[in-house]
Amino acid sequence: MEIPYTVEVRPDTGLSNGKLGVWLFLASEVMLFGALFSSYILLRVGSAEWPHGSEELSVPLAFFNTVVLISSSVTMVMAWASLKMNDFKKFRLNLGLTILLALTFLVVKFFEYEHHLVAGEGPSHNTFYAIYFTLTGLHGLHILGGVIVNSYLWGPGARMWQTQKERFTNRIEIAGLYWHFVDLVWIFLFPILYLL
Amino acid sequence: MDAHAAHDDIRSHVKTYYMVFGALMVLTIITVGVSYLHLPIPMAIAVALIVATIKGSLVALFFMHLSNERKMIYWALALTGFFFIFLLFVPLFTNSDKIIGTLVGTQW
Repeated sequence: MEIPYTVEVRPDTGLSNGKLGVWLFLASEVMLFGALFSSYILLRVGSAEWPHGSEELSVPLAFFNTVVLISSSVTMVMAWASLKMNDFKKFRLNLGLTILLALTFLVVKFFEYEHHLVAGEGPSHNTFYAIYFTLTGLHGLHILGGVIVNSYLWGPGARMWQTQKERFTNRIEIAGLYWHFVDLVWIFLFPILYLL
Repeated sequence: MDAHAAHDDIRSHVKTYYMVFGALMVLTIITVGVSYLHLPIPMAIAVALIVATIKGSLVALFFMHLSNERKMIYWALALTGFFFIFLLFVPLFTNSDKIIGTLVGTQW
């Protein structure tokens, strides 16, 4: 059976099913991260003292990772724009760069985690590190999820371009929506954890 | 829209994406720069959150195409926004017994 409304829009929603589905998923993600941001506020306000993020964490590494993630958002949107312009080679280049940038982010994060864990600053060290590892860990898992999906779309999933161009372009668009959301979460995590 | 016009349309979008990229970089540098000024904590939080909100809005409006989207998505996001803000205020309720206690104390 053919999946309906993958290319054409549903008359009642004005959207393809995939796009509406991803937006509803992102709405649930807002609530997930919202609950953790709310916990952060509660922990910080209720704490007798709270360390300044820049004294505990590496601001230069986080700044580098912010630049990496913002750049990956641009390459992601350029991957979609390349398909819209019928340029498959450019799409492959841009999505490939997105994946590489995401992996760079994870490698930097790995070294950050390693540094803290070796120094005995794990999640059980204090409340600051507990919420730091929870928030960045969940965010890191989202990056990993994005890498897996984008790698599929870069590799075997890209075969769809040969037969259903518009449907594949829509897939890249909704994968991009997820990816930009992950970037957006980091835009808030960076100042909250590292700079305040 | 014919294919040629569609290509021109996307090209103008691409130009916007690079401009947004530049703005995001500048705002990131501002965020880090301001943190070195060692402003008082309430002021530092306000500045950091304002800059982060501007950056987040740029990503949502241009990269996620929210500047030109269907009504259905705006409604879903408005509902999410309401519950998100409600959620952020939930920690206040942990002090509600004290707040109410204080009010009752002043009345009686």
